Order: sequence, then C-alpha cells, then structure tokens
Amino acid sequence: MTVERDQLLTFVLRMADDNLVLGHRLSEWCGHAPMLEEDLAMPNMALDLIGQARSLYQYAAEIEGNGRTEDDFAYLRREREYLNCLLVERPNGDFAHTMLRQFWFAAYLHPLWDAMQRSTDETLSGIAGKAVKEVAYHIRHAGEWVVRLGDGTEESAARMKAAVEALAPYLDELFQTDGLTETIAEAGIAPDPAALRPAFDRVVLPVFAEAGLDMPEAQWPQSGGRQGRHGEHMGYLLAELQHMQRTYPGASW
Amino acid sequence: MSRNEIPLWEVFIRPRNGLAHKHCGSVHAADEVMALQAARDVYTRRGEGVSIWVVPSASITASDPDQRAENFEPTASKIYRHPTFYEIPDEVGHM
Repeated sequence: MTVERDQLLTFVLRMADDNLVLGHRLSEWCGHAPMLEEDLAMPNMALDLIGQARSLYQYAAEIEGNGRTEDDFAYLRREREYLNCLLVERPNGDFAHTMLRQFWFAAYLHPLWDAMQRSTDETLSGIAGKAVKEVAYHIRHAGEWVVRLGDGTEESAARMKAAVEALAPYLDELFQTDGLTETIAEAGIAPDPAALRPAFDRVVLPVFAEAGLDMPEAQWPQSGGRQGRHGEHMGYLLAELQHMQRTYPGASW
Repeated sequence: MSRNEIPLWEVFIRPRNGLAHKHCGSVHAADEVMALQAARDVYTRRGEGVSIWVVPSASITASDPDQRAENFEPTASKIYRHPTFYEIPDEVGHM
C-alpha cells in the first residue's frame, strides 16, 4: 500500500496543527496561572507540544519539498488551511476547562504516539519516541488536577462539571475515521483514530470515577477541524499567533 | 480555595546518581503527588536532576537562630578536627 505524498503531508499537518494550536492555547496562561507552580507547568507542556509541532512541520516541509519552511506552515497559512481538531482550539476558559482539555487530548495523543513508535515511516517513529514520554507526563499532570477539582470543593466540582459539558461536543472528532486515516492506517504509518478509543477510555474512565465525574454523551458532536472548518475562536487565535510574522516577515531574534 | 490553604513543601533534588539529594527550594501544593509534579515543573526544567524528594515544610525541625552562638561557635577554635595536619605522599594523588 503506497501513500501519495499529498496524503502523508495532510496527515502530518493534522498532527502538527493539533500540537501547535494547543501549545499556543497553553502559552496564553503564561503569567496568568492561578499559582506560580502552574505558571511554569503549563508553559512546560506548551513547549513540549510546540517542540513536537516543529518536528512535524520540518518533516512536512521535507515531504512537500517546494521550499516552504516550518515557519511558513506555522505562521503563514490561512485559517482554512489549518487541520487541527476543534478541541484544541477551544478557548482556555477557567483552569478546569484547560486541564480537562489537556487531559482528554493527552489521553488521545499518548496511544497515538505510542503506536507510531512502530510506524513504517522512520521520521515519524523517531519523533514518536521522544513525544510519547512528554505526553505521558501531560496525562499525569492534567489527570491529577481533574481528580482534585472534580473531587474537591463544591466550587471546583461545579467548574469541572461545567467543563465536561462544554467540551463534550468536541471529543468524538478525535476518533473519527476518514479516507485519509484509513490509507495511513493501511500503510502502517499510524493507527486508525477509532482504534485509539479503548486506550483513551482506559486512561480517562478511572480518573473520571475518582473525580466523581460522568463521561458525557454529546448530543450534537462537532467536527470539521480536520477539513479546515473551524470555530469562531480560531481566527482570533491565529491573529495573535501570526501577527509578528505577518507584520515583520522573516523576523528573527 | 485561598492560597493560604495550600501547604508548602521543601524540594530536594539529586543531580545525578551517586550524589546526595540537595535542598533547592520550595513549592506550594495540595498534597504530596501534586508537590512532586510542581517540583518537577519548577526545579528540573534544565536537566537538573534524576530524583526528587518533597517534604512537608511543617515536618522540618530547624535549629533556633538564637542558639547560633552556642551551637556553632565552639567549633571555630577546634582546628585539630580538620584533617589538615597530615603529610600526604604525592603518589596518593587527589584526595
């Protein structure tokens, strides 16, 4: 089974965009976290994700081979060209929202990177080897907060419950299969997203049980991010992310 | 939850195998699990360690600064406790 160059590029960009956008969201907390310890913990995770995004964008540039660089992919595409899932672009909300979003995304990403350590694509298996350890920590860190907030005070429990309700519609998209993911899975590059759900549940369900939270049933699951159709918050995120490169093209420091 | 309710923990890091854990600072955290994570995030960002201990600050018994003179000054006049009076043959090398 051979994979067209365009297909591999699209797959790599989907993963890269997930990491860049969530990394950017986490970086928005820098200087605003509820305590100094989290003010370092969240940018730490952001830097892990942006580092993974960089490796993926560099590979995307190599696959495309027409002179575009990692910066062009990260900073100079239009909104519709970003292929991240909707969950990662959701606004930070309160600390409970941010930790739940982090926990769910990490619980999805960890089994993905874990399987990709055995990818038939050597570049991706190399990136996976480093990323899988970073994401394991994200699960632990965010998961501990989900437990403590969910099973904490009346106030923290209410906020965590509200976060579960608010983010529930964006969970299904992570595990959606389409023509591209089927091709990628058949080629042994990465597992089918739907196949990641049991591993996700094995991580998330015990934490939710301990936190006294119920896994939600989304009435109207949202999707479209993988095709470049984003929510109303994405444009503002990109405006902030891109404005330095757009104002001072090629700026470096 | 007010900040004052979050306990303080002292952080000890072992820089590499064979060395002792060394005090490097403190963090706020609700419990020991979170304290370890906070210590990891705050104090090991530049590869400082291979192992972390956290100890509730309240569990540390400290010497009284007012007793500094009686505790520590008597040793100042006992230079014979320092092993500086031995002739060391060159062949021994660095000790």
